[in-house]
Amino acid sequence: MDKMPAWADVVLIPLISLLLAAILSAVVILAIGESPVEAFNLMVDGALMRSSGWGYTLYYATNFIFTGLAVAVAFHARMFNIGGEGQAMLGGLGVALACLYVPWPHWTLAMLGSTLGAAAFGAAWALIPAYLQARRGSHIVITTIMFNFIAAALLNYLLIGVLKPTGSMEPASAKFDPSFALPTFQQMFSSADAPLFRGAPANVSFFLALAACLFVWLLIWRSRLGYEIRAYGWSQTGAKYAGISGTRIIIISMLISGGLAGLMAVNTTQGEAERLILNSTEGAGFIGIAVALMGRNHPFGVLLAAILFGFLYQGGAELALWTNIPRELIVVIQALVILFTGALDNMVRMPLERIFLALRRKES
Amino acid sequence: MDFPTILQVLDSTIRLATPLLLACLAGLFSERAGIFDIGLEGKMLIAAFFSAAIAYTTGSVWMGLLAGVASSMVLSALHGVASITFRGNQLISGVAINFLAAGMTVLIAQDWFSQGGRTPSLSGGARFNAITLPFAEALQGVPILGPIYHDLISGHTILVYVAFLMVPLTWWILFRTRFGLRLRAVGENPAAVDTAGVSVVGLRYAAVAICGVLTGVAGAYLATGLQAGFVKDMAAGRGYIALAALIFAKWRPWYALMSTMLFGFLQAVALRPDLIQNTIGIRVQVQLLDALPYILTVIILAGFVGRAIPPRAGGAPYVKER
Repeated sequence: MDKMPAWADVVLIPLISLLLAAILSAVVILAIGESPVEAFNLMVDGALMRSSGWGYTLYYATNFIFTGLAVAVAFHARMFNIGGEGQAMLGGLGVALACLYVPWPHWTLAMLGSTLGAAAFGAAWALIPAYLQARRGSHIVITTIMFNFIAAALLNYLLIGVLKPTGSMEPASAKFDPSFALPTFQQMFSSADAPLFRGAPANVSFFLALAACLFVWLLIWRSRLGYEIRAYGWSQTGAKYAGISGTRIIIISMLISGGLAGLMAVNTTQGEAERLILNSTEGAGFIGIAVALMGRNHPFGVLLAAILFGFLYQGGAELALWTNIPRELIVVIQALVILFTGALDNMVRMPLERIFLALRRKES
Repeated sequence: MDFPTILQVLDSTIRLATPLLLACLAGLFSERAGIFDIGLEGKMLIAAFFSAAIAYTTGSVWMGLLAGVASSMVLSALHGVASITFRGNQLISGVAINFLAAGMTVLIAQDWFSQGGRTPSLSGGARFNAITLPFAEALQGVPILGPIYHDLISGHTILVYVAFLMVPLTWWILFRTRFGLRLRAVGENPAAVDTAGVSVVGLRYAAVAICGVLTGVAGAYLATGLQAGFVKDMAAGRGYIALAALIFAKWRPWYALMSTMLFGFLQAVALRPDLIQNTIGIRVQVQLLDALPYILTVIILAGFVGRAIPPRAGGAPYVKER
């Protein structure tokens, strides 16, 4: 018998965890001498009350959907892919190579090419840690952390060397062909008399992210492979007994995870910067951890959590602009969300379970 | 490369390896007791900030050290509560701690000093200053050994010597005391320790606390010994390098000394790219040197060069039978 109804596990626990994180964040804001209510109003105003705010919120959310899905897919196979950051950096390299060296006739084809490049490079960067986990038993968390640093060094090397156009001083690749620019929300939804999303970087890759959500849902809950991934994540010995190859599951799920993290680069590199820059990921790979934990590893949950974090990110930028609260407040909130929804899950869960058990006893 | 240059590089090796060594030994205690700790980075960072901030406001570096150790222990306690008491995921808890430290340090630094997330620079009694060992001046004239003693061994801050003394001490505690035996046992087979009537929870909390003290000293050294003040994100991945060094050392104290010296040496060499070019004649990319600790660790982890086997119960919360 379950100790708790399913809805409590899916909805109540994340909400309570979020509430705890919010209360602590408010305490932090109070402690540095600002008003939490005012800060919240400012964040809502800057991120949600104007269409351009939404344009930024959804732009960030696009990144977090990809990295959140990446972490979620790995979690289903009971692996902690902490290397989304490095995989996304390599995804950026894939996008840059596709956009710099192939003369695409149209942006749609360029997007297709960069999508494939991003996914392939991101997946390739996850392949070695996955192989080492599957075959040599090296812990995936440690190897993916190491690969984040190796990716940063590699990109740094390429951007001050091979990829930097001659004469440029900046560590960045050449500009992509302007005809490859992805349509932004402004171009897609604005008309002459109703300007929307003015200047915001949200672009068509948001829909790619939505498609990725659907893909992950179909994969995990509607496909044989997804069933095997979940079976392996639930019980490795049970899965082995059922004839599921652990090596295969580890490698395939990590490839999918790395590919999803890499796809983030379509949004940042082709959609926004239109060239490969240093640190284009800006920690989004790590926010994916918070997003996946918050979203309970379900694509729909990831979507909602990603939009929440997009709002926090954009709101945080507004705060940094108008108040004395630095942007790092978002890092604190992110840490608190990871702490409560991930590490201290039992702290919220145990009392709730007790309450539900007590209620049930009263009924019977 | 001439002798003085070699001494110079080795000297900066020692200075750069010290925080790695302290953090590595910290991780050693924690992981030997079965608690994975990827929050070393965050604990070092918060200790660096509080040691610099308190040393600046009080003017006493010892108060700073105390504050740094205390702040690091607070995060350690959080890690303990999450991973021992509430049996949460130790890796996730570590990630959370890293972000918490990264955000909080800048937030508080901005609030206290308004200098864009840094502390004012420290001087005089607010820093750990170099110590000249006895007879260093007198022996300087002795060929070879004199300069080695004067330039390399003498002239570091007290925390450097503390770090080096921690290596035999750690070995002694872990392998020659009853506490150490139990600590290692709790990381291999907690059920057996429990059966013997020793508290698993107590031992693990003790290990996490020791880890907090050592990372605190490491962080304080960063801000008050190696540099003069705190800057944003000053741990700069050192916690992760220490983690790599711990795997490289196969969770053993003397090997930890070697691996952190090696990684410290790589950092020291990366600061002098001209030297490599002059010595081996080819230009080695600085990025390669930056990435080398991580690449080496992956190779070791892959088991191609000697196998690194972690403590068996590492990462698994202990559930007492009911």
